[in-house]
Amino acid sequence: MEFLQPVLDGFGVVLDPTNLLYCLLGVVIGMLIGVLPGLGPAATIAILLPLTYGVEPVTAIIMLAGIFYGAQYGGTITSVLLRLPGEASSVVTVFDGYQLAKQGKAGTALGIAAIGSFIGGTVGIIGLTFLAPIVAGFALDFGPPEYAALALLGILLVATISNGSKSKALIAAALGLLLATVGRDVFTGAERFTFGNLSLADGIDFVPVAMGLFGLGEILYNLEERHRAAKAPAKVANVWPSRADLKQSSGAIGRGSVLGFFLGILPGGGATISSMAAYAMEKKRSKNPERFGQGAVEGVAAPETANNAAATSSFIPLLTLGIPANATMALMFGALLIQGVTPGPQLVDQHPDLFWGVVNSMYIGNILLLIMSIPLVGVFVRILRVRGAILAPITALITLLGAYTINNSMFDVVLVVFFGVVGYLMKKFGFEPGPLVLAFVLGELLEANLRRSLLVFNGDLSGVFGRPISLSLLLVFAVVALWPVAKTLLARRRTAGAVEAVEPVKTKENA
Amino acid sequence: MHETTNAVPAPADPEEDLTPEQLAAQWAAEAPPAAGPVANLASSAVATLLGAAGIVFSVKLGLGTPAQPQPGLWPFIMSLVIVVLGLAQMVIGRRGGEGEKFSRLSWLVLFGVATLVGLVALMPIIGFEIPSLLLCIVWMKYLGGETWRSTLLYSTLVVAAFYAIFILALGTTIPHLF
Repeated sequence: MEFLQPVLDGFGVVLDPTNLLYCLLGVVIGMLIGVLPGLGPAATIAILLPLTYGVEPVTAIIMLAGIFYGAQYGGTITSVLLRLPGEASSVVTVFDGYQLAKQGKAGTALGIAAIGSFIGGTVGIIGLTFLAPIVAGFALDFGPPEYAALALLGILLVATISNGSKSKALIAAALGLLLATVGRDVFTGAERFTFGNLSLADGIDFVPVAMGLFGLGEILYNLEERHRAAKAPAKVANVWPSRADLKQSSGAIGRGSVLGFFLGILPGGGATISSMAAYAMEKKRSKNPERFGQGAVEGVAAPETANNAAATSSFIPLLTLGIPANATMALMFGALLIQGVTPGPQLVDQHPDLFWGVVNSMYIGNILLLIMSIPLVGVFVRILRVRGAILAPITALITLLGAYTINNSMFDVVLVVFFGVVGYLMKKFGFEPGPLVLAFVLGELLEANLRRSLLVFNGDLSGVFGRPISLSLLLVFAVVALWPVAKTLLARRRTAGAVEAVEPVKTKENA
Repeated sequence: MHETTNAVPAPADPEEDLTPEQLAAQWAAEAPPAAGPVANLASSAVATLLGAAGIVFSVKLGLGTPAQPQPGLWPFIMSLVIVVLGLAQMVIGRRGGEGEKFSRLSWLVLFGVATLVGLVALMPIIGFEIPSLLLCIVWMKYLGGETWRSTLLYSTLVVAAFYAIFILALGTTIPHLF
């Protein structure tokens, strides 16, 4: 029972009216941006970071977390009704969700998605409740070499799993690490890359970088009108799925919860990958896979369950190891640092109110979302009528004015605009901003632990191999780093073989 | 018992009946073209140059030895990684499969950025209200294609709402005229 005491105290934290209000605010904002195509949860969280300055750390994270998992609910609505995925994690929901809508069962699809999301989210939270303290206890023995290895592995995984070119993602990550060195060196006090600029002496703040790269960068990118105008959606009635539908999708919801939970923990994993994996798994398991794409209820239930489970479980590495598993978690990490809380294994013991407050707020948030996404779905559908042309300047102004309020300085606003342009250009040239932001957040931790390890080992890094945990982390690192290269080489050899096999045929034809 | 009255309008266009694979292929076809080889070369070159500059400045800071690292050692390693990866990317990505080509719509972004820079420049002098109003008008009318009526209506409402939130309610020190 002793274990449960802080858990129960956590409910006391959540039920504080301020925290409840911020939880509601977070999930409503999350639903809204989930419904609206364009801004994703990462961009929204980045834009709203200044809002967290004035409140308690636990309140801030409760709200930001609400935005994140709320967006997973909201993204479904446009996928089902309009065939426009509101979020990347709802893309596969389109395949069957829209077909169901066409058959007049939009309500069923949305209802199943909401119920699946709720179950997936709840399974995620229960897993988080029991697994997180264990992982944190394990990590208490970590020393500088383990942290350095873990941070390196986290950055590498996020970079290699992101879409597009791996080497470009790695360049972005390395640039993030380089950017993190700007300012005074903690070990020697020497100023690095400040070029005599006083504003840079304390280093570049995380908030303007994130607001620029994720927030403003995305707003500018969306200015190129890449979203097809949304048709006025039809009315949605009766979102309560029938018993037969529930029975049919119960297996998919169960499997989606477990799969999503585990994929969410992995660095680089998260909501998007788990939704795709869950859809693929259901299709493979099905006795008649041809139903998928024709309006199979499981095709909506599985991905929507999995993305919520993953959104929840991706908090585990952040809250227990202090290593963000994806770009959105990097923003949470930054938000906690601003508040003077360093996420890590000590968090559960030192700030149990914060840890359990945030975890337990997710139970409340999921119930709020279930209420909003079943009876109130019509209200959110109406939001779609708000035009992008009117929203864009509003979000841009929120970003700039919000940036000013952090330190009451125009320099921060200038930084946001600068990084906004950089973020836009990175996207245009195929560099993901995610790895850069993640690396930037982890940069100081990585460098400090690496240098401490060097001191411990007296400059001889081979000492790392004498420590089992850091050794195994580095082995995983090596495998992840070399796997794409090996795969390319293998593929090339295979195609070379194939070309040789084809060549004689060709010459024959020519002759 | 389980009747829903929410049928989406009857499917008129042929895209309505696509399988997931066809739909995914269609989305891929509608996506803007990749940035191309020149863009890859240019962006990799910029990254390489940034890395090279990093190397120069890190060496100036002093590298030290592994046992006694100086402030420049870690930035030096990172800059070196950037240079190596940047040069590799020039070769790997020479066909230019990633990113997006700039199109005529990209001018909109340039105008957008210009208004942002204008806002940043004017805000300390004349407060945020007038620059914000102008930004809204440009974004709604010229970048978004709204009608004059809705542009003026919504721009005024937006600025008024921001004034109410940031100045009246939150009492922030954002430079303001009124």
